[in-house]
Amino acid sequence: MAETIRTIEDTKHAHEDEHHDDHHEEGNFFTNYIFSLDHKVIGKQFLFTGMFWAIIGGGMSILFRLQLGFPNMNLEWLKPMLGEWITAEGKIDPEFYLALVTMHGTIMVFFVLTAGLSGTFSNFLIPLQIGARDMASGFMNMLSYWFFFLSSVVMFASLFLSTGPASGGWVIYPPLSALPDAVQGSKGGMTLWLIAMALFIISSLLGGINYITTVINLRTKGMSFSRLPLTIWAFFLTAVIGLLSFPVLFSAALLLIFDRSFGTSFYLSDIYIAGEALPNTGGSALLFQHLFWFLGHPEVYIVILPSLGITSEIISTNSRKPIFGYRAMVGSLLGITILSFVVWAHHMFVTGMNPFLGSIFMFLTLIIAVPSAVKVFNYLTTLWRGNIVFTPAMLFSIGLVSLFISGGLTGIFLGNSAIDIQLHDTYFVVAHFHIVMGSASFFGMVAGIYHWFPKMFGRMMDDKLGYVHFWLTFIGVYLVFFPMHYIGIAGFPRRYYTFTNFDAFSSFTDLNMFVSAAAIITFGAQFIFVFNFIYSIFRGRLASENPWRSNTLEWTTPRFPGHGNWPGEIPTVYRWPYDYSKPGAKEDFIPQTVPYSQTPESNLPHENELIEQEEVKQEGIIVDEASEER
Amino acid sequence: MLTFAIIAGLLLLVVLLLLLFRINALTDVMKTEGQRRASTSNKVNAVLMMVFLIAAGALFFWYSIVRQNEYKLPVASDHGIVTDNLFWISTIVTGIVFILTHILLFWFSYRYQYKKNAKALYYPENNKLEIYWTVIPAIVLTGLVFSGWKAWTDITDKAPEGAEVVEIVGQQFQWTARYPGKDKQLGSFDFRMIDEVNSLGIDFSDKSSFDDFIPRKIFLPVNKPVEFKIRAKDVLHSVYAPHFRLKMDAVPGMPTRFWFVPNTTTAKMREDLKNSGNPFWQEIDPDTGEPKWKNFNYELACAEICGRGHFSMRLLIEVVEEVEYEKWYAEQKSWLSMNEDYLSKVPANLKELAAISAGIENSANN
Repeated sequence: MAETIRTIEDTKHAHEDEHHDDHHEEGNFFTNYIFSLDHKVIGKQFLFTGMFWAIIGGGMSILFRLQLGFPNMNLEWLKPMLGEWITAEGKIDPEFYLALVTMHGTIMVFFVLTAGLSGTFSNFLIPLQIGARDMASGFMNMLSYWFFFLSSVVMFASLFLSTGPASGGWVIYPPLSALPDAVQGSKGGMTLWLIAMALFIISSLLGGINYITTVINLRTKGMSFSRLPLTIWAFFLTAVIGLLSFPVLFSAALLLIFDRSFGTSFYLSDIYIAGEALPNTGGSALLFQHLFWFLGHPEVYIVILPSLGITSEIISTNSRKPIFGYRAMVGSLLGITILSFVVWAHHMFVTGMNPFLGSIFMFLTLIIAVPSAVKVFNYLTTLWRGNIVFTPAMLFSIGLVSLFISGGLTGIFLGNSAIDIQLHDTYFVVAHFHIVMGSASFFGMVAGIYHWFPKMFGRMMDDKLGYVHFWLTFIGVYLVFFPMHYIGIAGFPRRYYTFTNFDAFSSFTDLNMFVSAAAIITFGAQFIFVFNFIYSIFRGRLASENPWRSNTLEWTTPRFPGHGNWPGEIPTVYRWPYDYSKPGAKEDFIPQTVPYSQTPESNLPHENELIEQEEVKQEGIIVDEASEER
Repeated sequence: MLTFAIIAGLLLLVVLLLLLFRINALTDVMKTEGQRRASTSNKVNAVLMMVFLIAAGALFFWYSIVRQNEYKLPVASDHGIVTDNLFWISTIVTGIVFILTHILLFWFSYRYQYKKNAKALYYPENNKLEIYWTVIPAIVLTGLVFSGWKAWTDITDKAPEGAEVVEIVGQQFQWTARYPGKDKQLGSFDFRMIDEVNSLGIDFSDKSSFDDFIPRKIFLPVNKPVEFKIRAKDVLHSVYAPHFRLKMDAVPGMPTRFWFVPNTTTAKMREDLKNSGNPFWQEIDPDTGEPKWKNFNYELACAEICGRGHFSMRLLIEVVEEVEYEKWYAEQKSWLSMNEDYLSKVPANLKELAAISAGIENSANN
């Protein structure tokens, strides 16, 4: 079946390929760059939108860090931008502060690290790395982006409401988020938040279905599951998680919409607010939390798995070594995927949930630490006795490993319900997830951009700027988030506008100031990246076809892969993607497209046996991809 | 610090511009240069890995030691001592892993940096190793989980008989504490009965409610189990008493609870802090002009985002000796006696009893 589709596709693209370098090919500007069906263009659309959101979301964090680090600072100068949200005393309005943390979280988690990360790399890399012409459904893929775009527009519009955007925390727990009287952000801002998220979920599902279908059905000849690059495994499993968990958030949001607008009582009960008792009874605020975290926890794996996949690939390539324990890496990805669905309530140890459930979830949670630990050890062993080339992508990947360790270990504290009693909703949690999920995923995303930029734009990003960007970001991220552990151990609760009301939280003003300063510098350093990115698109050094001397299929495409990716036949795959520095081989890499029959000098005994099968498969294949040897 | 941030920002801008200049020059050079595997930058990056390891490691140890007086929060409950121990055990275990893995990560990065004639080791798998580092973390984690589980089941178990009961009610943006009064029975409540004055919705058709009292501050007896019965009126709140290592959400429509044993009186804690030799507590507080230990107080805060005033929900807790507590308890006037209007809500047949229980002297308003 897949074969027939491919043949049709081939003939369809055959004549497009003839002039794929011509910018005025048959489609017009709109069909090529705006409503494009091409996975590469859609990937880039996600990337640009994701970067836009990252700057907005990051900028918001700078605003609230100003309040936390320099509580006495006069912020009148922000009035032209923020208007009424700056009070007469030149301070950020406390409700706007909450709106900022809420939107920062929402934007970063969903718009940057879900859409910007999965959307970019799943779209861009899946067809290229499995050897497909495009996604299974280009049209659904296009819809996926445009639903995301619509969602972005709605969310962005909510920033400009006079009552402000949603401000109940990114978890939007009702009743706070359900009652317009409880906080300004629960008025129009919350409505738009819910609409935006509903659209976002649709986008995410359309994308996810596509990723899964493509990986299962459109793999090229010889690309068995055991020969998939770890990136693809990660994207595939991420899509599975998303497909199973996002609908639950959708239902949570839907019921919340009902409670807000149609007088139902799914989450509301026994409430007295604004001078009157509400008629709602029988609802459960905890129900929302269960539904939310049934997505919310898998969501953190949706955010981190693609980054783990990306960095596995990058670390292996740049260590010039096979990834250590490929099967264990896949196994731990699978383990994380399955376990990610049974740990959600560890966010709810002290919400009044039955403590027996707490015990169960504590056990399940700490199990998930095991596959994560395995991944770390495998990363380390991959580096061991490598021949490491520090490309910016490699640096960010090593950074990810460090952050994944640092943030992962603090998860062991928080997964322990007894310890979590004190640490829950303090800065310790903030430190934990910003390191393990925020920064680590962000590092994976940035590493991916540096690594696949040559394939995306045919040019190289500047290495030196990349190094500066890495070191400022790496040091910066630690200086911002590591001190939060101390603040958290000292008991400081999160989402506090100011700490001056409590004796217990009156210390560490110097550290908070330091964190804010570090955050400003780290945020500033990202503009080096933005500059490098934009500059290199237009003026970067021209990239060769395979600049990192990598094994995977995308590097067998031309410098500007056209619509359909490969001009001729799709290459066949003969080996796994990690044959780096194989003893006996001439080069320190053997691309996946090189048959074992061509490498007798480096074949392992069981690989020699595979040569016979190759010959059967090779029938009818004329193209011999030797081009990457160049 | 602000000017520092501005200067740093400007510096960054300058660096950026310089690099911009440099990049132009370099690209010209590079365009003619062939594909290099690794330049001197590779070496620089490798060295920086080690520099980072050493500098960051030193900073981590230095700060953790220097500021421990400040981030180690005094503990004043029995279970708090247990969970604190668990915390520090976890810190040691994870700390060892943290340091070892980081040494390996940065050392490997440095040691195995690219060398022209070197070849990486083709080492795709080793099942024995994989089994080791699956099983060992699993065992260590099991140990941590079991100790945590034991503590957790003790903490969340039913409160012992005779525990002092205090009702804690969260609302935007304050905590209110209600004591059961002499009968040691909290009167029932209904959110529909809440009004401007009867802010907790106390139901005065229940005779247990007549003697309930609402003090300005929570008083607790030392070394006696206390049970907080927790509820919320409007949105989620979370009862958070950091010194007692106590946290539990307050949920509208779903009462929650948390019991604990405060084990140090406020006065004793002040004394302890004074004598602890901990310089942090000897510092002079600029607001009061007195050393910090002198005005130490237990506090109740809100730990669940609840709106505009989330950061300001403070209620003081004072732990006193039991004798003192009993005396204070006996002196408290019932809420009903201070709001005699609400006698009208009491069913006719209970009015007399209400007046007596509430301690109203002349119950004239029949």
